[in-house]
Amino acid sequence: MSGPLADRLRAQFPEAVTGPEQKGVPEAVQVAVGALPEVCRFCRDDSELDLQALSCLSGVDYPDRIELVYHLISYRRKHELVLKVRLDRDRPQAPTVAEVWKAANWHERECFDLLGVTFAGHPDLRRLLLPDDWVGYPLRKDYAPPTEYHGMSHHRADPLRPVAPEVHAGGEVPRAR
Amino acid sequence: MPAELKDLAQLREMALPIAGETMVNMGPQHPSTHGVLNFLLVTDGEVMHRAIPHVGYLHRGMEKLAEEVPYHGYMPFTDRLDYLAAMSANQGYAMAVEKLLGCGVPPRAEWLRLIACELNRIASHLVATGTMAMDLGAFTPFIHWLREREVINDLTEALCGSRLTYHYLRIGGVGYDLPAGFADRTLRWLDHFEPMIDEFDRLISHNEIFVARLANVSPIGAAMAIDYGLVGPNLRASGVDWDLRRDLAYSVYPECQFEVPLGRGYRGVVGDCYDRFVVRVLEIRESCRLLRQAFERLPEGEIQAKVGRKLKLPAGEAYARVEAPRGEMGFYLVSDGGESPYRLKVRTGSFSAMSIIEALSHGLMIADLVALIGSLDVIAPEVDR
Repeated sequence: MSGPLADRLRAQFPEAVTGPEQKGVPEAVQVAVGALPEVCRFCRDDSELDLQALSCLSGVDYPDRIELVYHLISYRRKHELVLKVRLDRDRPQAPTVAEVWKAANWHERECFDLLGVTFAGHPDLRRLLLPDDWVGYPLRKDYAPPTEYHGMSHHRADPLRPVAPEVHAGGEVPRAR
Repeated sequence: MPAELKDLAQLREMALPIAGETMVNMGPQHPSTHGVLNFLLVTDGEVMHRAIPHVGYLHRGMEKLAEEVPYHGYMPFTDRLDYLAAMSANQGYAMAVEKLLGCGVPPRAEWLRLIACELNRIASHLVATGTMAMDLGAFTPFIHWLREREVINDLTEALCGSRLTYHYLRIGGVGYDLPAGFADRTLRWLDHFEPMIDEFDRLISHNEIFVARLANVSPIGAAMAIDYGLVGPNLRASGVDWDLRRDLAYSVYPECQFEVPLGRGYRGVVGDCYDRFVVRVLEIRESCRLLRQAFERLPEGEIQAKVGRKLKLPAGEAYARVEAPRGEMGFYLVSDGGESPYRLKVRTGSFSAMSIIEALSHGLMIADLVALIGSLDVIAPEVDR
């Protein structure tokens, strides 16, 4: 089952766009990572697609890949389209679309922050929600939460009592009761 | 030639700093930031060159938490996404799960959801417009609005036992039916409240000082609003005629009569702070209309579809959008067939509203930043999640 939006996009980019990969509404297509900015610009500017806004950008960590999911919407034509991009899990990198939709700027920063995806060409790729010196990417499935942050332990039997430094170093972490 | 008084707009646009740049922290604890967030202001005297928002102080890892708890168990967490509009957050999450589960919602439950969400929308807009006036120095309207909001809190307490974090909507329905006398109580309050909106308009909406503080301040054009992903009242104030309740209809909204108020440049240009204020006041009136219709048409019947205590969703994904008081709230849910979401991404209205502030801040007075933040109605926990 393929809808008119996916057909139009596939006709324009026969090599970069495949799918739809999901039945029903909204249609979802797979986009080759290299062609992403070009495809997005076409989605926005083409008068039939007319996908004016980027509603949501999500990153999903699958066992074999990291997938970026772009939910696009047209306010004039009242339709939606989903673009999906597969990234290498070991080196997740995608070109930015912040020049196509300004909304992507913060969404991409969040995705970098929580999933460790780097967006090439992003104007200001910094962590957004977590502190700048945070280690790791929490929304990765293999993320192990740190046991402390700047000497503040996350594991304390008594939250009012600081943990002695030697207990920390010894590896024996007191569990909260 | 006699010396001329220079135009303020011209002075603001001067590229070179006159007195040199000063960096000022506004927040994380500041009365006008509505929650814990920080702006680094790069200013030249009272005129800002940039306001750089630092968010994340209220990041609780809501999306990570979703991967750890069962589907039913996540519902109370959604209450905490936006503490002023928990009903809408409940509904967005419930709709995403229902879409993937393929389960319907009984008609009575849909109408109860509408009643709950519209009551909540009024309460949320009361805080938004009230605090906006308060941030600009008008304290009285805020007190008037809080008095009305107390009644809504009492009503929701009667409905579901909670005044703020409701956990009223459930997957496949709602938690409780209306308590005895609820409809009468609400309708009586509406009879009292609708004239109060007139009083509010007389008190503050047409107050010339208030108007002068908002009209023509930080206008956002339609193209810019769409580009930055603004949603809800902020988008409509810029003149974009879009309301999810009408345009991507869900629940029983298509069966109701209501208008979608738009920014028209009421006292200045389209999309300025005053338009954003007015759109919210008008939406309060529309929500009152919706509530009256709901009580008229509320059918008898079940309030909860049979979904089972332990939910296992089929593998797949769904995206549900609801028109929350702060605009589109989107829940992107991915399931791998397990008992809790594989991934849940929440897209909120305040997130995009916050990201536009830096672009608008150049040349703004510091006091106008307060007006801008207030008019965008940003709620920090919704940005940080």
